[in-house]
Amino acid sequence: MSTPDAVLGLLQRGPRHGYDLKREHDTRFPLAKPLAFSQVYATLGRLQRDGLAEVTEQQPGDGPERTVYGLTAKGRRRLDDWVGEPEPPAPHVANVLFTKLVVALLGGADGGRYLDVQRSAHLARMRELTAVRRVGAPAEALAADYALFHLEADVRWLETTLQRLPSLAATLEEVRA
Amino acid sequence: MTALLEARRLVKSFGATPALRGVDLTVEAGEVVAVLGASGSGKSTLLHCLAGLTRPDAGEVHLDGTRLDTATDRERTRLRRTAIGVVFQYGQLVPELTAQENVALPLLLGRRGKQEALAAAKTWLDRLGVGEQRDQRPGQLSGGQQQRVALARALVTEPRLVVADEPTGALDSIAAEQVMELLSGVARASGTTVVLVTHDLRVASYADREVVLRDGVVSGAGVLA
Repeated sequence: MSTPDAVLGLLQRGPRHGYDLKREHDTRFPLAKPLAFSQVYATLGRLQRDGLAEVTEQQPGDGPERTVYGLTAKGRRRLDDWVGEPEPPAPHVANVLFTKLVVALLGGADGGRYLDVQRSAHLARMRELTAVRRVGAPAEALAADYALFHLEADVRWLETTLQRLPSLAATLEEVRA
Repeated sequence: MTALLEARRLVKSFGATPALRGVDLTVEAGEVVAVLGASGSGKSTLLHCLAGLTRPDAGEVHLDGTRLDTATDRERTRLRRTAIGVVFQYGQLVPELTAQENVALPLLLGRRGKQEALAAAKTWLDRLGVGEQRDQRPGQLSGGQQQRVALARALVTEPRLVVADEPTGALDSIAAEQVMELLSGVARASGTTVVLVTHDLRVASYADREVVLRDGVVSGAGVLA
């Protein structure tokens, strides 16, 4: 995930200070890796440097003053451009699952067993996510749904590969020879 | 846990084509199990053998102490009216009957009184969120509503086992999700055992575990998450 774009996205709802941004990020993207405070402030510094965000207020608190950041007009345009542009669909096939299968087949391993074990692990994770979707908050359900569809695609690929395995293995055997 | 359903070395062929080539499967009471596999892997044949709809060529099927594969047709019919609920992909509701009459049908065939059967049907239709549609015929219902009615019909006898063959196969993602929420929710609340065949992995993720068939044999099985 692009952290600067995600932070710009959160700022579009109004100025925020770093603590609020971190908290809102972790709420809106619940199954993503939580954002570290240091990462929030480093990102805000870069956005400010590039003219995409600006300091709008210094709020007094119990401790040091809290700096509130808002979106600039340039930041708004940058955000609109980012949202409006399609992401390149799968530009690189660099998935670990794919790499591991090729390595397993090159080494003469039982590809069917690898696929069975991986499918079982995927379905176990899908069961966890289905439970999250059932009882979680709306943002969690949304994130779980996204993950479920992607895991399903992985397993579909595993199933198809399993059916193609005999011819794949023969081709790799020829390459090895 | 106790095994409610047990299949031992099931073999079934259709002509020269083998569908099951020695399937062993044990399902504990209260479990929800998904049977996965490519087209032609034998999953529907397995389900039909487990429900007593098809006799295997060899092997045994035990349901809660009763041997299904050698039971008489009359005994198997009795079990399907009392102990086994069946759901198919397209509901297979009787088009001339209302939703309530469709759900009451298994009870009426089991010689229960009409008023009692209709009252039980209404309770299940309400529970599955289609109570307001009880006077409508299947043709007037959406696919998701029809499948809920089919689910109510499978559950109205309070069976120990529900077998479902692609129960969401004709539904879109959202309707499929709603049907699975209801099926798995009711099963867990009532301790009903469910064996369902599906090609949809998100549907399978509602199960406690999956069994994968490949070329008529069990290929891989997951464990309780």
